[in-house]
Formats: sequence, structure tokens, C-alpha cells
Amino acid sequence: MTIDGAKGLIMDEPLIFERNSEGRSGVLPAPCDVPEADLESLIPKSLLRDGAAGFPEVSEIDAVRHYTRLSQWNFGVDTGFYPLGSCTMKYNPKVNEAVSRLEGFTMLHPYQPEALAQGALRLMHELEAYLCEISGMDAVTLQPSAGAHGELCGLLMIAAYFKDRKRPRHKVIIPDTAHGTNPASSHLAGFKVVPVKSEGKGVLSASAIEAVMDEDTAALMLTNPNTLGLFERNIKEIAAIVHKKGGFVYCDGANLNAVMGLAKLGDLGVDVVQLNLHKTFSTPHGGGGPGSGPVGVRKALEPYLPAPRIRKAGKKYSLVYDRPRTIGRLKAFYGNFSIMVRAYSYIRRMGGEGLKRASIVAILNANYMKERLKDTLSLAFDEPCMHECVFSDKLQAENGVTTMDMAKRLIDYGFHPPTVYFPLVVPGAIMVEPTETETLETLDSFIEAVKKIDAEAKASPELLKNAPLNTKVRRVDETRAAREPVLRWKG
Amino acid sequence: MPYIPHTEKDIERILKAVGASSVEDLLGALPSRLRLAKDLDLPKGLSEQELAGILKDLSSRNSTTREYASFLGAGAYNHYIPAVVDSLISRSEFYTSYTPYQPEVSQGTLQAIFEYQTLVCQLTSMDVSNASLYDGASAVAEAVLMARRITGKDAVLLSSALHPEYRETVRTYMAGASDHVSEVFYCTEAGRTLPEAVEAALTGDTACLVVQHPNFFGSLEDVEALSRVIHAKKGLLIVVTNEAVSFGLLKPPGETGCDIAVGDNQSFGNPLNYGGPYLGFMAAKSEFVRQMPGRIVGETVDKNGKRAFCLTFATREQHIRRERATSNICTNHGLCALSCAVHLVSLGATGLRKLAEHNLFKANYLKEGLRAIRGVDIAFGSPVFNEFTIRVDKDPEGVLKALLKKKIMGGVLLKRFYPELDRHILVAATEMNSKGDIDRFVSEIGKLLQ
Amino acid sequence: MEFPKDFKYTKEHEWIKVEGNIATVGITDYAQDSLGDVVYVELPQEGGTVTKNEPFGVVESVKAVSDLYSPVSGNVTEVNDAIIDSPEAINEDPYGDAWMIKVEISSADDLGDLLSAEDYQKFIEEEK
Repeated sequence: MTIDGAKGLIMDEPLIFERNSEGRSGVLPAPCDVPEADLESLIPKSLLRDGAAGFPEVSEIDAVRHYTRLSQWNFGVDTGFYPLGSCTMKYNPKVNEAVSRLEGFTMLHPYQPEALAQGALRLMHELEAYLCEISGMDAVTLQPSAGAHGELCGLLMIAAYFKDRKRPRHKVIIPDTAHGTNPASSHLAGFKVVPVKSEGKGVLSASAIEAVMDEDTAALMLTNPNTLGLFERNIKEIAAIVHKKGGFVYCDGANLNAVMGLAKLGDLGVDVVQLNLHKTFSTPHGGGGPGSGPVGVRKALEPYLPAPRIRKAGKKYSLVYDRPRTIGRLKAFYGNFSIMVRAYSYIRRMGGEGLKRASIVAILNANYMKERLKDTLSLAFDEPCMHECVFSDKLQAENGVTTMDMAKRLIDYGFHPPTVYFPLVVPGAIMVEPTETETLETLDSFIEAVKKIDAEAKASPELLKNAPLNTKVRRVDETRAAREPVLRWKG
Repeated sequence: MPYIPHTEKDIERILKAVGASSVEDLLGALPSRLRLAKDLDLPKGLSEQELAGILKDLSSRNSTTREYASFLGAGAYNHYIPAVVDSLISRSEFYTSYTPYQPEVSQGTLQAIFEYQTLVCQLTSMDVSNASLYDGASAVAEAVLMARRITGKDAVLLSSALHPEYRETVRTYMAGASDHVSEVFYCTEAGRTLPEAVEAALTGDTACLVVQHPNFFGSLEDVEALSRVIHAKKGLLIVVTNEAVSFGLLKPPGETGCDIAVGDNQSFGNPLNYGGPYLGFMAAKSEFVRQMPGRIVGETVDKNGKRAFCLTFATREQHIRRERATSNICTNHGLCALSCAVHLVSLGATGLRKLAEHNLFKANYLKEGLRAIRGVDIAFGSPVFNEFTIRVDKDPEGVLKALLKKKIMGGVLLKRFYPELDRHILVAATEMNSKGDIDRFVSEIGKLLQ
Repeated sequence: MEFPKDFKYTKEHEWIKVEGNIATVGITDYAQDSLGDVVYVELPQEGGTVTKNEPFGVVESVKAVSDLYSPVSGNVTEVNDAIIDSPEAINEDPYGDAWMIKVEISSADDLGDLLSAEDYQKFIEEEK
């Protein structure tokens, strides 16, 4: 039996099903204002179900308290500093939430006549144009639901391009620093993955690409800035090599937050890029989505974009389905519209100048972090970084302290841990992405915490092994979760 | 500058700390030959007030399902969302967090997903559910790939009464192997998939049969009969549900021989939002769990033996298995799953049943009203849930246009997807359609067809 | 860390013990230690065949997954089903209880390039 409020905050809350009380309900639907018919006269009994055993039966206030308590055990960007590398956990502006909830956006059916959705279509059309301008691409589709979905879209277009020319290609080159989604998406699109190593300084060299690029290679898939936080400075030369052999350069745009207004990927030889609106364009991550992963392409690939496209003729916007060379579609309807509203709102609020400033300050913050921490944590590459930097646990390892221990201890100091153990090329990686929305005072307090933890690693490593100490649950037994899987409540 | 707190003093402090003489100096990582020479050609930034005004204006250039009586369905359903849903998902601890990689500071999200997985299992009567996928269409595509992995067979048989955009999505995902996808034509009398037609289309190489129930025309399928046919050929049965409210009344996939249940849970807690984000779900028999795509949350304990939740079976996923992962999915639709869970919890067992009945009765009332109109036929003979197909004597496009003038969105024109259904309209009714709206719809369409 | 002298080893971290023309195969102490807590193992069917240097199964920990490569070609005569239910045995007793498969060796030539305990130990030192 839990005594609510015994610790001031309620740290125990059963599963909702364990609060069931037969016959109780929260918000019942409106009474039916048409005559009720005999069920079995409408649907044969053999097609009807008995109830769903164990389905919730709780009052409205219990449901509200349940989810409110759950929320209190979560750490979000609004809770505190969340330097999760590669995820761009920047502030999610409240005005975006407000405008995305306007009835004129939420209460639109995807199949309502286009004439009755001109505002929505215009917003999408303009957002496409903004994203083209920012990325230097010729056309953008807003359809994909997330970054990985966008990757698949881009790779399918590349595959279709070669198939169309009756010269299908079978390989995609991917650097060893890539996100796991890159090889997974390539495989899904039917390609064989050719890995390539970055050179000594953490970036790709033209010669490494030259050595593997051939006429069966459809694309080079890279991330720029890469996952080490370094700018692929040989990108133009690399792109030239790929293009010379008739291939495409795909850029994973997960790290676009570092280059808005500073460089256009299209100018650097990139042919396809997916943009993660939930990273760069401030839309919230939602505890794991929904995101949105628009894809930009150069002219050659435009015919392959998913259908429908949005057309503007005069002042009228319409959806165009007649696309003979399209790859098809990746989902029903047009994409995650309400996420587009938020991203549109962000771009309009920032303007071109604001976006550039965001990228510059993101780089400044990351370099500040790198310089202030490089004597405490081992730096993977001591090079000027872009919007994130990668450390490791090399210095603490002699006390038997690992990246995981330090990550967990940071929680006790009130911070969300950075991304850990990624990229794989840096053993014990600690990837810190502060973003531009954090103040120097916040960065200073994080830096101070890391230094304290380093001191603790020397003086009392056990403390770190036991961390976190202050959370609702202590270190979670993930081995047991996998060995004795319990994937649902069974009562 | 909005959202960027740095003063000039702050910038100077950073430059000093990193030993750079200027911002330009610090940007050295980005070689000047690669730098953009001019400013981005974007509109000037706005104050929050100006921005709110512009967005309000844009939104008012749309007409909503509140301003019009809407009878549109076809994979996106207009339902009432209780106030608790938006109130709770607006707690920023939920919506400003990310994938729960660090379980000690993500127990809220993790427990909520674990409960969501349980709810999906209860709705579908399946053993295991994942944490969500993007939408119904991509969930079907993932299920098809999963069935091919499990069976080691290639061919995929889709019912042509599966949502056309879902079929197109499957073909897109199959890309190089799309030759392996074929369709079994629906019965033009019953508006559903006939077991004998499926039997004729099956081969020993068929990995799976995909049927939607209720199907795209609104008709209920005889899933049990279809299950027998596909299982006799050692293929898997994938049942698709995109009007999830039907789970409140209809025998669930898990009781009719389904191996993988997928679809869209948009109907619970997620606004129409002009097509997205919606909520792809997937549930399966437990023996298939290692072949499932997407995140899965499991229950375990912490080091003190206290109940805790964490992501599990991660080795299926792209960040570990890379090109051999079960899918490339990473970000899913977590917040939509939370909306769905809150809505389901607040409805409860009684509310879910009542909501489903309400939808059935509304659709039946509309159907009988339309049936009585001269010039309107109910196109198919099968029982339906809250959606059905009508055939009109006049040009259906003209009819729908004329209805718009009366502030009625009368349904979805089927000709676009099925050329042979050139006078057909797909019509849905939910608890959002009052008796008054339905009477008005019937009477207006009656006048038009006179 | 232990490496029995009478076993042979592969660079993919399997061990093999040969008795007559039957080889017993498992993963090394070093392999289980690098993987961490093993939670799942997938093995071939008894009566199936395995091919030298080709994957015959999969072993998974919470955060890693690794193919199992066969050191020899031949028919699988026995499979250790017990470790499928208790994969923790792989961490606890990699050379004993947690043997994985027994193979009837089709060609003795397959044994030629396998590493001795000493060579294997040298190899993992270099790999670190």
C-alpha cells in the first residue's frame, strides 16, 4: 500500500490497470441521439466480441493523477539541460504548440476538398520553399514521418533513378561514423552497404572514397557535420569523385543545426538530404516522436519524389498525383502536418538571420564545452568542432569508472546524460550537444558537475557505480528485461 | 534573437575561453571556401505576436470539420477528443523529452508506453505490441516485410479492399521486390474479400495475406474464413484496422486467426490534423516478437528490486544491428501513443463499448436514411461498422460539390482509387455527426438526386 | 581470463575441441566478457549442416549482437538446447556447460588454420 504524498512528491504509481474498479469510467461518449438498434440485427453475432479483459476502469481524476505522476518522473528539455548529442534537444517554443493547436489546422480532414484547405497547402508549399533555400536543394517533399523515413525515401529515389535508366546499382558507401539508421535504410532500399573508415582526424578523405567508389555504387551516404561533430571539409572533392562515377551524394541532415545560413549542402555537392524537423527546427521530440523528415533533392531526382506534390498556380494551391516516375508513397496522406506547422512557425519567427545566428551560437556553445572540459574528459579529436563534440572515458577508466557510470551520476546533478557509446568508432564515447538555446550559466554548471564527477571517480568510484541515487528508480536491470521478457500487463 | 539567450558579453566570454579572436576565427572548422557568401533568402524574423497573427490567418483559410458537417472517413476519422487528452500530453515532461534511452529519468514515458502496449494487446487480443509506428500505411508495409522474414517466402497478397494508399505504401517499401506483390480483387456484390478468390490467388510462395477489417469500403470481412485459407498454405495473416473504434465491438484479430495485427490508432486521441501525425500500431503473436520492428518496452526491476521499465529487445534495432536490423525505424510516434492511451483510459471498458455502439448506430441511421432516397443505392451487401459505400444516379462529383454549398462534406469519391466505382461515394458517420446533421445530409442529397 | 590449452580458437572468438571426428564449439571467455550479459542465443537445428567461416547462429547481449562462425564444416550432431533457456550459462561457464554445437567434421583440413591458445591470447592482446 502506497501512502500518497509521503515524500512530498508521489513516487509510486501502479499501472493504470491496477487501479481498475469494475463499472467505473472517466469521460463517457455523448448519448446517442438516433434510435438504437438491436446489435445483432446489424452485425452477425459471430463477428462481435466479448469485452476486452482487464481494460481500464478508472475515474477521470484517477486518470489525470496517474499521468501527471508519470510525467513527473520524466526529464524533458523543459526540466533541464539535455545535451543529448546528435538529437539537438533545443528549446521547443510554446508559441509553436499554441499555433499547431488552432482548429483551422487540427480539424482538417486529409480528403477534404483542396479548395477548403488552401491555408494548409500554402503553409506546406512555403515550408518546402524555405527548406529548399536553407539546404540548397531544388525540391522538397514533406511526406516522410521521421529522419529514418526520409533516408528510406531518398535512397528509394536513388534506386529508382538507376532502375529507370536500366542500369541498376547495388551499393551504398557509408562511413563507419554513421548513425545506425543509414545502413538500415540502405538495406531496406535494397542496397549493399560498403563501409569506409574516416581518416586520422575524424573526417573522410577524398582518396578513401576514390578507392571504393565505382560504377555499381549508387550513392555515398554521409553526415555533415559528421557524428564526431567535425565538418567534412573534403566534401566538394568527395562529391566530385562520386559524381564522376555517376553516383549521388546523400547527406544525412541530422546535424543541420550547425550550418544554417553558413553553408548550403546543395552548394557542396549534396544531391539528397533529409531534414529532421524535430531536431533543427525546434519541434518537440514527444518522448520518441512524432517527428518529421522532409527530403530535399537536386533536379535530377525531382521526378522520383513521392506523390502527391503541392502545386501553386496563380493564387491556388493543389495536390498533384499524376507523377509517372514517382517512387510512390511512404505513408498515407501528406506527412506529419501538425509538426510542419510548428517548424514553419519556428522558421518564420527566426527569419534567415535568426537561423544563422542559431547555428553560430550552437557552434560557439559546443566549442566552449569542448575547451572547458578537454582537460577533464579525453577528447576524441582535438579539432575545432561544429555543434557537438565527442569525449570518452579514457581518463577515468584507470579508476574503473566508465562512461555509463558518469552518465548516471550526471543525473544526480540534475542533468540529462549526453549520448553515450556513440559513435561506435570512439570507445566509451560521450557525445555532448549543448544547442544554442542554453545559457553560458547552464553550460558552466554542467561543466562544474562533470569536474566534480571526475574528482569523485578518483576519490570514490563506488559512488559512481551506484549512481543515480536520487531518481525514482535506481539502475535498471536491462538484462532481466531481456532474459525474462514482460512486455505487457497480464493481471 | 528569439530563443537564443547569448548577449555580446557572453559571446566574448566564449571566444576568450576557446582562445579565438572573433566568431569568424572560431568558425574555422567550416573552411571559408565552403561558406555561404550571401544571406538566406527567407522572410524576416517576426515577433511572437506577429507570428501568432499570421498563423491564425493561415488557419482561417481552411474550413474545418466543425464548420462543415463532415462524412469523410477513409482512414482518418473525426472523433471527439476529451479535454484530458490535450491537458495531459501538454505536460512538457512528456513532450519535450526524447526516446527513453536513460530509464532512470524516463520512467514516465516508459510506464506510459508499457501501458499503451498492454492496451493495444487488449484491443487486438494479440500477445505483444510495439511502442508505435508512424501510421497505418507504413505499419502495413513493416508487417509485410516482417512476414517475409518469418516465413522466408517472397510473395505478398493484398486484398484490393485494403486502403489504396496503404497498398501503394507497401509497393513503395517493397521497391526492388514489388513484382512479388499481387492483389486479390474484392467481390463487387459484397464489397469484401472472398475466401475462394484468395484461395485461387495463393501459391506455396505466399508469405502473407493482408486484409483490412472493416475494409476500405466499410464492409466487414469474414476474417476467420480468410485465416483458414492462408494458413492452409502456411502463410501469415495480417489484419489491418484503421478505424480503431471498431475494436470496441468487433471480434478482435487475435480471436480470428491473425498473426500480425496492424493499423492506425488515430481514432483514439489524435486530431485529424490534415493527415498526420497519426499512430501506426503493430501487435503480433509472441513467437514473432524478435522479428518485430520498432521500440518495445519491458518490465523489470532496478538494483533494489523495485519495479521499473526499460526499452528491451534493442538488438533488433538499427542502432545495434545496423543493416541487419528488423527495420530502420528510430523515432516513432510516442506522443500520439500517449494521446491514444489517455483517451482509452478515460473512456474505460464501458466508454469504449458505448462509443463503438454509438458509431454503429449513427452509421446505420445514415445508411437507412440514404437507402430510402431514390437515386441512392447502398453499393454492397456486407454488414458495416461506421462507414459504407453508396452509389448515386448522378455524377457523384457534382453531387459532392453541390453538398459543399450546403456546408456538408458528403464523403470520399471512389473513382479516384477504383475507376470501376465511377458513381460511388464512401461515407462515414461517427459520434460527431448529430442526428440533425445526418437528417440534413439525407434531405439535401435527396433534393439533388430528384 | 582462461584459455584451455587443448582447445583451438578462431579470430571470431569461437573455441573448438576435437575428439575423433567430432568437434564441440562454443565462444571464448574473452567473447562472453566483451558481450556482457548474454540474453539470447540462436542455434542451428540438429541434423543441419554448418560451413567453415560461415555464421551458424547468433548470440545477443542487451546491447550487442554477434554472429557465431563455425570453425569447421560438417553435420550438426548435437545442439545444446539448455543454453537457449538459460543463456546466462554462456557468461558463467563458456567452456563447459555453455558449449553450443557438436559437429561431425567433414574435412580434417579445416583444422589447419585454427589458432592455439597461445596464439589466440596474443591475437586478443593485439585487438585490444
